[in-house]
Amino acid sequence: MATEQTLRGWLLAEIPQSKGQARCQRIFIGWLAFKRNPVAVIGLLIIVGLVAVAALAPWITSSDGLEPHLANRLVAPGEKYWFGSDGLGRDIFDRIIWGSRITLYIVALVSIIVVPIGLLIGTVAGYIGGWVDTILMRLTDIFLAFPRLILAMALVAALGPGLENAVLAIALTTWSPFARIARAEALTIRNSEFILAAQVQGVSTVGILVRHVTPLCLSSVIVRLTLDMAGIILTAAGLGFLGLGAQPPTPEWGAMISLGRQFLIDQWWVPTVPGIAILVVSLGFNLLGDGLRDVFDPKSGG
Amino acid sequence: MAKSNPSEQPLLSVEDLHVTYDTPTGRVRAVSGVSFELGREKLGIVGESGSGKSQTGRAILGLIATGGLVRARRLAFKGTDLLTANQRTWRRIRGSGISMIMQDPKYSLNPVMTVGSQIQEAFRVHSKASKKEARARTLDMLRAVKIREPERVYKSYPHEVSGGMGQRIMIAMMMIPEPDIIIADEPTSALDVTVQLQVLAVLDDMIRTRGMGLIFISHDLNLIASFCDRILVMYGGKVVEQIAAADLDNAKHPYTRGLLNCLPSLDGGQDDLPVLKRDPTWLETPGTTA
Repeated sequence: MATEQTLRGWLLAEIPQSKGQARCQRIFIGWLAFKRNPVAVIGLLIIVGLVAVAALAPWITSSDGLEPHLANRLVAPGEKYWFGSDGLGRDIFDRIIWGSRITLYIVALVSIIVVPIGLLIGTVAGYIGGWVDTILMRLTDIFLAFPRLILAMALVAALGPGLENAVLAIALTTWSPFARIARAEALTIRNSEFILAAQVQGVSTVGILVRHVTPLCLSSVIVRLTLDMAGIILTAAGLGFLGLGAQPPTPEWGAMISLGRQFLIDQWWVPTVPGIAILVVSLGFNLLGDGLRDVFDPKSGG
Repeated sequence: MAKSNPSEQPLLSVEDLHVTYDTPTGRVRAVSGVSFELGREKLGIVGESGSGKSQTGRAILGLIATGGLVRARRLAFKGTDLLTANQRTWRRIRGSGISMIMQDPKYSLNPVMTVGSQIQEAFRVHSKASKKEARARTLDMLRAVKIREPERVYKSYPHEVSGGMGQRIMIAMMMIPEPDIIIADEPTSALDVTVQLQVLAVLDDMIRTRGMGLIFISHDLNLIASFCDRILVMYGGKVVEQIAAADLDNAKHPYTRGLLNCLPSLDGGQDDLPVLKRDPTWLETPGTTA
């Protein structure tokens, strides 16, 4: 194909003609490195599929997955219900699709809360050092010392069950590794010459933290975030399963397993399908995170 | 020499400066008892590795590495006592009062910030200028350090420019708040010989037109002799000799003589270069004072 050949040539030209081309080339070369890892591509496909399904939910599904149809209880997977129907006659396929939105909602909200907190605490501790570092890191240690789900449960129990509280609880239990990573990065950055240069110019500590340290910590934090997504999803599902996360009839996958577990022996599909959904999506995030680490991490070579 | 007018207050006066580090193996004296004054002149500090020349420069900026301790009888910039200065005073002085050009632009420029925003940052810290004004000043500054296509360089990242260009960018960055004193810590050591002179010419030009004081730290005696007005020779944390650049050939201290003899002369007439012989008594005698 002639056009593809020239596009590839344009993307791999020895001397890029413009900034735009150079930027496209960098992305393309990153993609080539990423593509070499088929497992990571599978992860990417899973995540793209998840986002697509969540975005297209109203067109893919036939119902909102909330309305009970007691006449069609526990129908086995087949023509009418691809994944069968649950104890209230709801289409499990529809509920899985709508549930993907909730999963993405949780993941996105937790990331938005966790990354700034982790970066702030980590960079401040790493850059300033001394007793500030000691206090912030001991605080981080406290959060790291608790098993994640147990701490999240305790928090939800205190705040009251519900999706928003579950998100808050997960965020509060997830930020600590990010603070650790940001601190480790800040420790190496703070001795760089360009930080000294900024100090020589009279830039304030806040200015150095925001403009010089944080941008350099960001890439490792993002990689860690994709790797942590699976954990976030599992914690959310765990809270849902225990009845502390999203409340019925919300089609949250963990809650769906919880409602379906009484049918496990005779109508296996009711709890199994949402279980598989959780498995596939968290696997996808893990595979993607691994692949991204290889592409982003300049130290791993290649 | 700028010292010809003694009634004028010096820009910087350093008296009996000590920098020590407490390490697990004992106290290390990086600088012990350095004194000098600086006017609007070019002062060179020369010495071998570990002679304390860079530590002197850093102590003047209050940026000694953690664990270091600075003591002095007097350390003052334009009458402001630096020994008792708080963080706010330091921040005001750094950049707009005293600034420093570092050795290697590869490490001293932030890799993820564009050249323009890095130069601007220094300017905007010290003046409440608008973004547009800061941009215009930055472009002027890039032109002043003889960078062609300043618009393009403004948007570049440090890895996209060459070493010599990086060092000129560094000069622009440190000059933009118009400091009174520039400390240049081996500003050309990381550069090719061919680019060194170009960078020095830019530096010289800026210092002269703006009437700044310069402290030029280097191990290269010839370079310093040709570039500076006055030279401090440091050895083992002490100033062993203070001499006008023009009188360098008449240097008295054996260390300075030794350094000079280590260089091959262009006239030839010498087969083996002598090896510098160090005399332990140099460390015991108190350093010369200004």
